[in-house]
Amino acid sequence: MGILDIYLPIAGVSLDVMALLVLGAAVGVLSGVFGVGGGFLLTPLLIFIGVPPAVAVASSANQLVGASVSGAIAHWRRGNIDFVMGALMLVGGFAGSGLGVWLFAILRRIGQVELFISLAYALLLTTLGALMLIESTRSLLRRRRGIAIRRKLHQHTWLHGLPFKLRFRRSKLYISALLPIILGFLVGILSAVLGVGGGFVMVPAMIYLLRMPTAVVPGTSLFQIIFVTAVVTLLQSVANNTVDAVLAMVLLIGGVVGAQVGTRWGARLRGEELRALLALIVLAVAAKLVFDLTVRPDNLFSLGTLES
Amino acid sequence: MKRWFVALAFLMAAFPARADQPLLADLTGHLIAITTGFTGTSVVLFGATDGPGDIVAIVRGPERDSVVWQKRHLAGMWINGPNVTFANVPSYYAVFSNRKLDDIAPPNAQALSQIGIANLRIDPRDPRTKQDETTTFRAALIAGQKRAHLFAEYPGSVVFLGDRLFRATLDFPANVPTGNYLVEVLLIRNGRVVSGQTTPLVIAESGLGADVSEFAQNNAALYGFTAVLVAALLGWLASLPFRNV
Repeated sequence: MGILDIYLPIAGVSLDVMALLVLGAAVGVLSGVFGVGGGFLLTPLLIFIGVPPAVAVASSANQLVGASVSGAIAHWRRGNIDFVMGALMLVGGFAGSGLGVWLFAILRRIGQVELFISLAYALLLTTLGALMLIESTRSLLRRRRGIAIRRKLHQHTWLHGLPFKLRFRRSKLYISALLPIILGFLVGILSAVLGVGGGFVMVPAMIYLLRMPTAVVPGTSLFQIIFVTAVVTLLQSVANNTVDAVLAMVLLIGGVVGAQVGTRWGARLRGEELRALLALIVLAVAAKLVFDLTVRPDNLFSLGTLES
Repeated sequence: MKRWFVALAFLMAAFPARADQPLLADLTGHLIAITTGFTGTSVVLFGATDGPGDIVAIVRGPERDSVVWQKRHLAGMWINGPNVTFANVPSYYAVFSNRKLDDIAPPNAQALSQIGIANLRIDPRDPRTKQDETTTFRAALIAGQKRAHLFAEYPGSVVFLGDRLFRATLDFPANVPTGNYLVEVLLIRNGRVVSGQTTPLVIAESGLGADVSEFAQNNAALYGFTAVLVAALLGWLASLPFRNV
């Protein structure tokens, strides 16, 4: 234990401030580079250093509010936010996060929170990571061979047959308003249950499903993450009493600086390389989760307390 | 019942000691404040006996119901399966003594006076729980609490200064649960408890930590709202120095 330990009142444990700051900064860099909140790495790491899982999930959401504000401002200055798209995603996101917090309370009662979190992560991350890796390597190879790729302007799929079509100027799209709403809803559930902003699902979905231009994706994703994580923090506080604000603030101090640095790096890296890098990180986390689930644990028993 | 016990302990501490009492003991402090920099702490227990004997001090934290889950192998994965909920498990239980408990008293005497982790009464909340299940899960509960340093035995931690004066440093780990504690000091001679004294000890959060957790408990909605606002403000502040880059 270091000299700089800090007592976290809701988590009920003391942890090294420096470790928390470094953790926050590392996740912040990711956040800035990819436009993902980094919650999918933060939550498991917090649990690993001794924060109770329920507190880790809720406090991550709290720190993501600040991290995404910081990141979104940086993108907003570059004009990289599609506010109409973000607002529609939010509508779905609020409904989804409400359902998610309720689901979380049920899972906690039947003791399957950990399993659900691991399984959901593993499934999502493997699928997304693989898809992104295949796509980005393909375009990297094409570029190396010097073949100019021209993306078709109009690839019509059944998604384009949906009603309530709307023009999104910033994204140069004409698609159904239902798409961002449904996407926001699904990500809102994830956000509440997994303590993630959902950027790691949102970003690929915006690129590959909605076919938004890569430049506006991180900013728009961060913009809607601010509000979804804010609602999750509020709901988790009321429903489960698990938000450790002290923990969140310490992580944030490291995180916000990291996010600014990350945004700058992100602007310098090329799109394909960025996506390939994110894909590799996503796959590594998935592999670790699958490994943990299938390998016989050292200890077959786990404890939980109920207030009597 | 518990309140009565605490009141009695207070009275015992308040009255001047009489010379004919076989055992007298007290703590250097009755309140442990958990502040932002809390990394565990210790309290000194000191006292006197009316002659040679063994001293055992039992520290008990507030009771809670605890669930123990057992993982099962299902479809290639290890997932939480059977579980047993135990009622009124002490959140903290430590035994400090001048030598090994087995040297102080025979096992049946230890069991009778409920001395030691092995003699803790931990029963399932559901009385229909099968005996073998209870045994397995209770063992897992105790092992888990020991790993977290919340159940512990410290033989040799009570030190005698001469025949009659004794002292012990009671160490509390950083993850010690908050609440009302009882410190039970026993004087044992020839394997029998001759005298006992119980002293209260309160472990409470104080300073910023206490304010935060009190706020979170009493006004969860406003607390959540404040947490969001402060986070957003920090995020905005952090982006200012980079404005013109």
